[in-house]
Amino acid sequence: MSSREPEQISHVVVRFAGDSGDGMQLTGDRFTSASALFGNDLSTFPDFPAEIRAPAGTVNGVSSFQVHISDHDITTPGDVPDVLVAMNPAALKADLHRLDQHGLLIVNSDSFEERDLHKAGYATNPLLDDSLSQYRVVEIPMTSLTQKATEPLGVKSRDSERSKNFFALGVISWLYSRPIEPTIKWVESRFKDLVRDSNLAAFRAGYNFGETSELFDHPYQVKPAPLPAGEYTNISGNVALAWGLVAAGQLAKLPIFLGSYPITPASDILHELSKHKQFGVRTVQAEDEIAAAGMALGAAFAGHIGVTTTSGPGVSLKGETLSLAVSLELPFLLVDIQRGGPSTGLPTKTEAADLNIAMYGRHAEAPLPIVAAYSPGHCFDAAIEAVRIALKYRTPVILLSDGYLANGSEPWLLPDVASLPDISVSFATETNHTAADGTAEFWPYLRDPETLARPWAIPGTPGLMHRVGGIEKEDGTGNISYEPANHSAMVHLRAAKIAGIANDIPLATIVGDEDADLCLLGWGSTWAAIDAAVQITRRQGLKVAWIHLTHLNPMPRNLGDLLHTFKHILVPELNMGQLCRIVRAEFLVDAKPVTKVQGLPFTAAELEAAIKGVLAGE
Amino acid sequence: MVSITSKKDWTSDQEVRWCPGCGDYGILLAVQMLMPELGVAPENTVFVSGIGCSSRFPYYMNTYGMHSIHGRAPAIATGVAVARPDLDVWVITGDGDALSIGGNHLIHALRRNVNLTILLFNNQIYGLTKGQYSPTSEPGKVTKSTPMGSIDHPFNPLAVALGAEASFVARTHDLDRKHMMNVFRAAHAHRGASFVEILQNCNVFNDGAFDGVLARGAREEMMIDLQHGQPIRFGAEGHSGVVMGSDGQLRIVKVADVGVEALLVHDAHRDDPGLAFSLARLSHDNHSPTPFGIFRDVDRGDYGHMVGAQLAEASEKKGPGDLTSLLRSTGTWQVQ
Repeated sequence: MSSREPEQISHVVVRFAGDSGDGMQLTGDRFTSASALFGNDLSTFPDFPAEIRAPAGTVNGVSSFQVHISDHDITTPGDVPDVLVAMNPAALKADLHRLDQHGLLIVNSDSFEERDLHKAGYATNPLLDDSLSQYRVVEIPMTSLTQKATEPLGVKSRDSERSKNFFALGVISWLYSRPIEPTIKWVESRFKDLVRDSNLAAFRAGYNFGETSELFDHPYQVKPAPLPAGEYTNISGNVALAWGLVAAGQLAKLPIFLGSYPITPASDILHELSKHKQFGVRTVQAEDEIAAAGMALGAAFAGHIGVTTTSGPGVSLKGETLSLAVSLELPFLLVDIQRGGPSTGLPTKTEAADLNIAMYGRHAEAPLPIVAAYSPGHCFDAAIEAVRIALKYRTPVILLSDGYLANGSEPWLLPDVASLPDISVSFATETNHTAADGTAEFWPYLRDPETLARPWAIPGTPGLMHRVGGIEKEDGTGNISYEPANHSAMVHLRAAKIAGIANDIPLATIVGDEDADLCLLGWGSTWAAIDAAVQITRRQGLKVAWIHLTHLNPMPRNLGDLLHTFKHILVPELNMGQLCRIVRAEFLVDAKPVTKVQGLPFTAAELEAAIKGVLAGE
Repeated sequence: MVSITSKKDWTSDQEVRWCPGCGDYGILLAVQMLMPELGVAPENTVFVSGIGCSSRFPYYMNTYGMHSIHGRAPAIATGVAVARPDLDVWVITGDGDALSIGGNHLIHALRRNVNLTILLFNNQIYGLTKGQYSPTSEPGKVTKSTPMGSIDHPFNPLAVALGAEASFVARTHDLDRKHMMNVFRAAHAHRGASFVEILQNCNVFNDGAFDGVLARGAREEMMIDLQHGQPIRFGAEGHSGVVMGSDGQLRIVKVADVGVEALLVHDAHRDDPGLAFSLARLSHDNHSPTPFGIFRDVDRGDYGHMVGAQLAEASEKKGPGDLTSLLRSTGTWQVQ
């Protein structure tokens, strides 16, 4: 049978859904990789349960991966899937409500037996009644077809089950005209022997099934997107952040020291950095979150770039170390990959509700800079920027990312390594003060008049031995001081040092219509949905402005003036309005929050509605 | 290169602010007198402490130092030692700091065998917070927070360290500078984590806590001096000794009753920490014969060097890190 000509479409959103053990994350990831190599713009949204293996076949155990591929510039994984691949009834039940009302539903009909239906909580088989009539339903007996395809290799029927995700991947790869070589190469490099052969056979069988069966009229094709010229890779936020840290070490010419304790969704940064020891990166999996922070601070004292990575509960535990770092005035980076909370909350779901703890979550007056990444690729730049500030100002910095950025991916234009900023700083090597009797001394708290940073004299430097500690220090000498006026001066100096960083960060810029009545003010991963909503509403003729913050403390020094030029300010946040309250307090503007705390990112449609609501005077 | 230094080179210009008569003075003096003998330089030495009376120690040493967070010194010092295996890193801590709020960090630093010399000043009381019972206080102790007597079962610091399989474990006391210096010297020479319990008198809140063992008149009968390779015996002319019973229990016996051959010969280099653990538990209070000296001193890789070795191995296998190659490592494509 001859191949049918693919129909060109501009974009498609595919959601793979199955049991936690069905390999849906891998399937989605492979489809994404092939699409990236094909040249599409894309954005992904892995959505999986916290349980490693929830009871098989239940709705609680459903693991999904949504990917949006496009022939034009996109930022979100798509509000509404056009295609849902449901490997079992539980997946259908969990995700059907997301599917476009006329969407394509591909199901593994082999897994709709009585027992499967019962586990998923279906009283009747939805494939047999008319409950799915609004969708284009394609039933494929994936389990038995995979079995048949792998049988000649000598694969036992039970083992062939594990390859059925590759069958599904094959079908979708044909349907969207994906190149098959990248997937074949990947399988060959990743698996061995019978498992490799079984997966390849299933993949090819699925691909051929798409082509030869009459279930689909024709395949589709999403052409490459006209992205800016250059070399691209597909990158997730956590990998980008880890690479950003490696880069920061190279740019600062200092070793990276990571102290970390495993926690979802931050652990992948520990895993990634552990692989790059040839860059002089030291990683220690500490006994707890507190030790992880302590080790990083000890390494900073010794002259390394001390980093600790965590998520919400870990931030609470590291608070005391952050306060010491504020007092010691040493470079230190805490990376917080935010997740739903409080407490254990929703470990695998996203939320951005740690802005308050980052701003205020320490005892006493302990201000520190906060940087927030806004896209998976931006995690790379944000990591370098956070390290730059920490080194230059000898201060702890909090870098905020979230579960959505951490696990989501996008094509990323590789930076020209030669053009990355030099963020190196100098260690103190000589005494800096002369005592009344003419003795040359080292004063560890004698500040640079411009940055207010103190000298960083590391162990091993002759003549500069000094002691630091959490007790209040006399400005200049660094000696213990309980003097009232000195303490007041030190509190003010520490605050002024952080506030002064505003002169060393980019001004806020307005995207969209400067003369609009409405300005959206965003931070972090809401960038994608805001970008999409601003594009949609402006195409509809509405005037909308948008400011996105990557520096949350201090904020750009022109932000207050900019905000005052707008009649309405909307602050979309995946929390209960944390930034909104800060800007209201800081700038006396009537900002209004748009909040979402479902463990999910905003959809563009939600923000489009919010924008229209304000402009319609609701 | 061996630096020639004197005690003065190791003494900072800060006024020492412990209570007059505190045992800490003797420990500080022992350390400051020992340092010139070690042939190391002040600039390559780091003292890290937690919080508590003893933790003021780093301020008085003319070295690099950090007075950090309650209980966290072993973790912070781990960061220093792993980042910089070229440095001499000392941890100064107390019974509350190391065994209560910082217990977790202590056992993990010992387990990892980080190259640290940990001096635990055990005075069996909280001094800085003015007199609450500590995790090493004896049962029944009446303090501000235990008016009816403590019902807590105390930690035996050496047993905790040996339970964590520390590679160097020793005990000394604040009244004998020569003994302290000998133990500290051996602890410093040991590669990996060295744990030294120093019985230290708090003359304000727990005065005379160790008199039952350490008073001039008591020492001969109460202190058991452990010497590697020697039968464990003590008392005037060595009249008493330690034997292991057929039930595996260590017992104190009269040498005249059993003969010298029956005495346990101390072996600090035994790989198995079991015997050292039993020795650590020979005394349960401050009124019975108590072993001093080096309980255990075995060699196993030190953590900082092992971390460094993996870095060197990675560089050898993969070549020095190249950022451009890293960014391309998961596959790239060109957009024209």
